[in-house]
Amino acid sequence: MPIEIPKDKWPGSIRTVTIGATSAEGGTRTKTVTVGGGTTMPYLHFESPTPNKPALAIEIKSRKPADWSPLLAEVWGEAMAEAAQWAKKAEEAGADLIVLALTVEDSPEDAVRAVKSVLGATGLPLIVWGPGQAEKDNELLVPVSEAAKGERLVLGICEDKNYRTIVATAMANGHLVEARAPMDVNLSKQLNILISDMGMPKDRILMDPTTGALGYGIEYGYSVMERLRLAALQGDAMTQFPMIVTPGFEAWKTKEAKVGEGVPEAWGDWKARAVNWETLTALALVESGADVVVLRHPESVRRVREAIGELVMA
Amino acid sequence: MALSGIQIYKLLPQTNCKECGFPTCLAFAMKLAAKQVELGACPYVSEASKKQLAESAAPPIRLITLKADGNEVKVGNEVVMYRHEKTFYNKPGLFLRVRASDPDLAKKVAAADAYKVNYVGMDFTINGFALELDADAAAAVKTVRGVTRRPLILIGDAAALQSGLSACGGETPLLYAADASNADALADLAKGKAVLAVKADSLDALAELTQKIQAKGVEDMVLDLGGKNLGEWLMRSTQVRRLALKNFRPLGYPVIFFAAQNGVEKEAVYAAQAIAKYAGFVVIDTFAPEMIYPLLVLRENLYTDPQKPIQVQPGVYEINQPKPESPVLVTTNFSITYFAVANEVEGSGLPAWLVVTDAEGMSVLTAWAAGKFDAERIAKAIKGFDLASKVNKKRVVLPGHVAVLSGELEAELPDWEVRVGPREAVDLPAFMKQALN
Ligand code: B12
Ligand code: SF4
Repeated sequence: MPIEIPKDKWPGSIRTVTIGATSAEGGTRTKTVTVGGGTTMPYLHFESPTPNKPALAIEIKSRKPADWSPLLAEVWGEAMAEAAQWAKKAEEAGADLIVLALTVEDSPEDAVRAVKSVLGATGLPLIVWGPGQAEKDNELLVPVSEAAKGERLVLGICEDKNYRTIVATAMANGHLVEARAPMDVNLSKQLNILISDMGMPKDRILMDPTTGALGYGIEYGYSVMERLRLAALQGDAMTQFPMIVTPGFEAWKTKEAKVGEGVPEAWGDWKARAVNWETLTALALVESGADVVVLRHPESVRRVREAIGELVMA
Repeated sequence: MALSGIQIYKLLPQTNCKECGFPTCLAFAMKLAAKQVELGACPYVSEASKKQLAESAAPPIRLITLKADGNEVKVGNEVVMYRHEKTFYNKPGLFLRVRASDPDLAKKVAAADAYKVNYVGMDFTINGFALELDADAAAAVKTVRGVTRRPLILIGDAAALQSGLSACGGETPLLYAADASNADALADLAKGKAVLAVKADSLDALAELTQKIQAKGVEDMVLDLGGKNLGEWLMRSTQVRRLALKNFRPLGYPVIFFAAQNGVEKEAVYAAQAIAKYAGFVVIDTFAPEMIYPLLVLRENLYTDPQKPIQVQPGVYEINQPKPESPVLVTTNFSITYFAVANEVEGSGLPAWLVVTDAEGMSVLTAWAAGKFDAERIAKAIKGFDLASKVNKKRVVLPGHVAVLSGELEAELPDWEVRVGPREAVDLPAFMKQALN
């Protein structure tokens, strides 16, 4: 007798969001990236297919970072000194989109120059992060937003303490925003409501649930993502945004990834361990519903891409 | 799934004789449903009802225990789809596959057996070995037993499994695997002596097979779901978990997964998915610490009870025999935070007094944001643990992430020098060497 497989029927679904605009759409991108649209828990094709696979972004910086792991410096080499070169190499490494992280040392002119150079160097859609200090974020992101009007960039990172200026400039110039709340379903919802209330169209918000690295709090993010996805499928409109996660940033902060010497022998080969740290952090988040995954090492990009291929094709 | 009070009532004599100590059978049924009384208190329940009640009380996913001399691995007994609904209980066993024909068998097993890695104060190891019986089975079991006491999975045909099992003495290994062609023979072999893995190409066929094997008297089984890639396996594993939680008994067993089935380059990712998505046993082919360590950490993280962050006891931790002139460092009692700091300081060889405040098990910034790690609490800890009597240089170092607290802390501790340390613990040794002299 055939088993009857229990299937969930959900009233809600994840919104579809498109990043980047081609010349026909008012931008200059040669490709756009569409994510979201899911109507089931991740990759349960016996209920319904996955409409859009998660996109992989590679994070680059406007200036050569001094504190990145030597393993990353080794793989990106000279290109790290110049955002445009770095972006090109990231595209070659298989990125679907680029995250350009600006730094506190950047002046508004530097920031605009860096964004323009990256837009010139690759046709991929672009996410731009401020340096993460409220005033500086606003100082840099507003001119960037204006200079790249119509490109459908993603601007971030909006947090409850600082979202108004970023949202306003993104709205005025046809961009999207990344909305980050600290691993809490209600705080995520609240921020999404605040941003929507400003008039930001709902297909221009990515939700960032905050990522913890493997060994450093991944379980919190993992479960919050599952809960956000469940809430969205149950029909809660303010959790139905695609999720963006930052395993590259988090994993490469850990000692396991950063440090090669003076660590326990039981940690094994440094490079393989570091890449595993990033890859497995990312994989766990893909399983729990990530739609945009921001990575740093090309090898992780390759492996996560391969895994996603198997998950969506099954 | 547990029966409701009303469902239980229907199975009772319904005579309201009161011998159980309750006024009615229904009242007794309600207490039974709430697990506040034992069924034995009613002398009149029929055998048939007893059996039905016992079955309904059984966990939806059978608890399976592999045993070796003094060592065991327990898996199963899970009750939820998502860890936030309650928690995941029994961590999947991580087994390394080795071959009987391998001339280096003993050496390989010994090396993997000795592997131990510390994560936030806990020592992790692999859980056992999956022995491929592709040469003299009894001899291989003997070789392996010479170097490890961890539980075994035996892999081979019926004949090999038989000689492997008899070499196992009083242990309970897992025999891999019964399929449609050999189910009878393996059921006879496993009965009462071993756990039996069962595999089939579809869930329908699998359920049929487990029922057939159960009818032969084997209760302890483990399922191999097949599946050609990550996606297919994820769906099958999800379906089996769902069915089991809905009390579909034929698939109410833990699942085994071979992580290297599509090549060792995919092994880490395959194993990670299996750990996250309901596997009970994960078999790897490569003994690579750089893969095993992250897998063990992933397993630990996802099987942590979401209600209880892992914590350490607040107090003063003396690292590298601190002296009165050694610095005082403060941190929180979240295990991950504490060990990040303690390991760095310990590794540097530099002495320090590490004050662990009661921050309800939260990380530095989380606790700070939640108001559980502020100047007042830090000052209270410093005073409460009487640091002033331990040091002659009153100098306290704050985590760099909470530099904002330094002014307030100075106000709370007027006779102390407050210093702001680096943000990350990795940079502590350098900071202690340079800035704290
Ligand atoms: C996991 C997590 C949680 C978990 C809790 C985990 C726990 N048990 O603490 C949960 C989901 C419960 C949570 C809740 C909240 N969180 Co939280 N959380 C995180 C997260 C992702 C990781 C924290 C972590 O575990 N880090 C790892 C540990 C090891 O780091 P650490 O303690 O800082 O220790 C390091 C250093 O500080 C240093 N160090 C430690 N001690 C010492 C001592 C000395 C002397 C020195 C020199 C160095 C040093 O060494 C360590 C390793 O380098 C961070 C964001 C992030 N990615 O960092 C947000 C974060 C800390 N959370 C934040 C917030 C706001 C909250 C909430 C208030 C919001 C909410 N969700 O309701 C709550 C508060 C809790 C409550 N009950 O009210 C914010 C804090 C913002 C801010 N800067 O003020 C953060 C930064 C996220 C963000 N970007 O907004 N959180
Ligand atoms: S002893 Fe049994 S039959 Fe009598 S009242 Fe209690 S439950 Fe009913």
